[in-house]
Amino acid sequence: MAEAPAPPSRVTYDFVTRAIARTLGNPGKGYYALLGSAVALLAIGILCLLFLLRYGLGLAGYSHPVYWAVYITCFVFWVGIAHSGTLISAILFLFRSGWRTAVYRTAEAMTVFAVMTAALFPLIHIGRQWYFYWTLPYPNERGLWPNFKSPLIWDEFAIGTYFTVSSVFLIMGLIPDIAAVRDVATGWRKKLYAITATGWRGTNEQWRHYTRGYLYLAALATPLVLSVHSVVSWDFAMAIVPGWHATIFAPYFVAGAIYSGVAMVVTLLVPIRKLFRLEELITVHHFENLAKLCLLTGMIVAYAYCVEYFTAWFGGNANERAAFWYRAFGPFWWASWTMIICNAFLPQLLWFKAVRTNILALFVISIFVNIGMWFERFVIIVVSLAGEPFTTWTNATYNATWADWGIMAGSFGWFFMWFLLFVKNFPSVSISEVKEVLPPPQRASRAVHA
Amino acid sequence: MRLPDPLATLRAIFHPAPTPGVLGVFGQLDAAVDTVRRLRAGGHHDFTVYSPIPRHELEDVLEQPVSPVRMFTLIGGAAGCAIGAWLTLYMSYDWPIVVGGKPIGSIPPYVVIMFEMTVLFGALSTILGIAFNAVFAARRLGTVLYDPRFTNDKFGIFVPCAPERAGQVEALLRQAGAEEVRRA
Repeated sequence: MAEAPAPPSRVTYDFVTRAIARTLGNPGKGYYALLGSAVALLAIGILCLLFLLRYGLGLAGYSHPVYWAVYITCFVFWVGIAHSGTLISAILFLFRSGWRTAVYRTAEAMTVFAVMTAALFPLIHIGRQWYFYWTLPYPNERGLWPNFKSPLIWDEFAIGTYFTVSSVFLIMGLIPDIAAVRDVATGWRKKLYAITATGWRGTNEQWRHYTRGYLYLAALATPLVLSVHSVVSWDFAMAIVPGWHATIFAPYFVAGAIYSGVAMVVTLLVPIRKLFRLEELITVHHFENLAKLCLLTGMIVAYAYCVEYFTAWFGGNANERAAFWYRAFGPFWWASWTMIICNAFLPQLLWFKAVRTNILALFVISIFVNIGMWFERFVIIVVSLAGEPFTTWTNATYNATWADWGIMAGSFGWFFMWFLLFVKNFPSVSISEVKEVLPPPQRASRAVHA
Repeated sequence: MRLPDPLATLRAIFHPAPTPGVLGVFGQLDAAVDTVRRLRAGGHHDFTVYSPIPRHELEDVLEQPVSPVRMFTLIGGAAGCAIGAWLTLYMSYDWPIVVGGKPIGSIPPYVVIMFEMTVLFGALSTILGIAFNAVFAARRLGTVLYDPRFTNDKFGIFVPCAPERAGQVEALLRQAGAEEVRRA
């Protein structure tokens, strides 16, 4: 992925500051319509959750042996969405990818809000939310401690660390930009940004510590992002359920997470770019690079699908074979084929430059990838459990209920609400980093030496 | 005996007296870099350079030492790793229950916790390191002249100096290409 081509000369430092500061003004009706829809979805979710609290987990469609279902599917889905943010903000930062500057803030904010969404689901799933603190290692009258050999406890540490680190990474990146909008804002906003900019003035001393610290944060976030979805995958791979118990799970999940996350970045950037008129900063070139990233990770995911079926056949384990036969041709065949078509076949269109540079086509493909990736987790979790061939429950089935769908819809509302509030109130494109890839203002080629 | 006034001490911390000196505003990066070179050649080493973005040209000409933030990261990360090891091993032996036929203190599964704690503590202490060095330990922060354009598209250099030398510094800044020069 090459560096961004030279932007038009109209795009100067001052232009960047003004264009991004403008996004904090009145965003128009389209924005409020989106925000209103998000809040409405959230209200549906809250209503369903209240019913679930009142009447218990019986309202969810659990039936033996399927006790991990839509909530855990949503948990893995949202954690996965979070991953591309850190990939774009930390890993591509270490690789010095210039094109990331225009899109990384959006991706990073998406990361934080997606982890916030994901973290709700284990709480919903445990049924008695008010006892969640039992999972924490605190001294108690029973003298018990958590079982650190359990991947579920690893997950708690991984998600907690990921949320904290991605939040501080987002806030660190925001500080110079908040200072930049502070210096052009007026009224109450100026006061708000003056406080949140924590005295940033861009002095040589500040930049010296800041750039060094940011580099180390990126270096810490990079292995973290790879570890988090590996740990999530071990929630399954450490168990002996056929369809879960596979060594390929960690890299398979990491690639899938980045894949779904990049697709979500495209889904979010297309409307944001339109609403806030950022066409000159977020160009077709950026979308093309995101599409290439999508294609790369999509190919890894497609490879993992093939390997899963191949090892099930080649391994010769009858239970494993039966599980994968059930997956492809059992009662949930529609879920498996949705996942394979959306994730493995449809993105092959991205091989064509005409598709990669067509924003509408990318937007549509990204939505299908999101749907496919949700179904991937559904297939792995629900279909593997329902198809456990060594139980006497071979004919067990599972039907999600209105409470499951309502809470899932609510999670989308919760995520989009936070995201939309963020892009309206904070610089959604990094001001200082976009300037870094622009040619700095120089005196006409005349070199002056003292 | 006269007691020190605590309010005066606080005022001195939050509203320090301005540092006397001269501020130059530059529209071009190379002009600012050139000025820094001239100032250093002229024996000034105590000045503040403002820039909207970090630039290697400025870093190179300023020849600043590497930021001590890296020590915060290292110590925080090592402490986090040790805390992760202590947490898992102490808690396992404090109430020993055999799980899955594995040893009470099994290192491989605990590596996951130790790794996560390394990253968590490393990242948080890096933030502390930046905050400590760039805000609390920053010399003269808030006492030197500033211009809001420095976060937009202008570069700035503030040279602290006694009022009697201000004229000389002003001339140097103008000659090196400052668009605007102000005294504090």
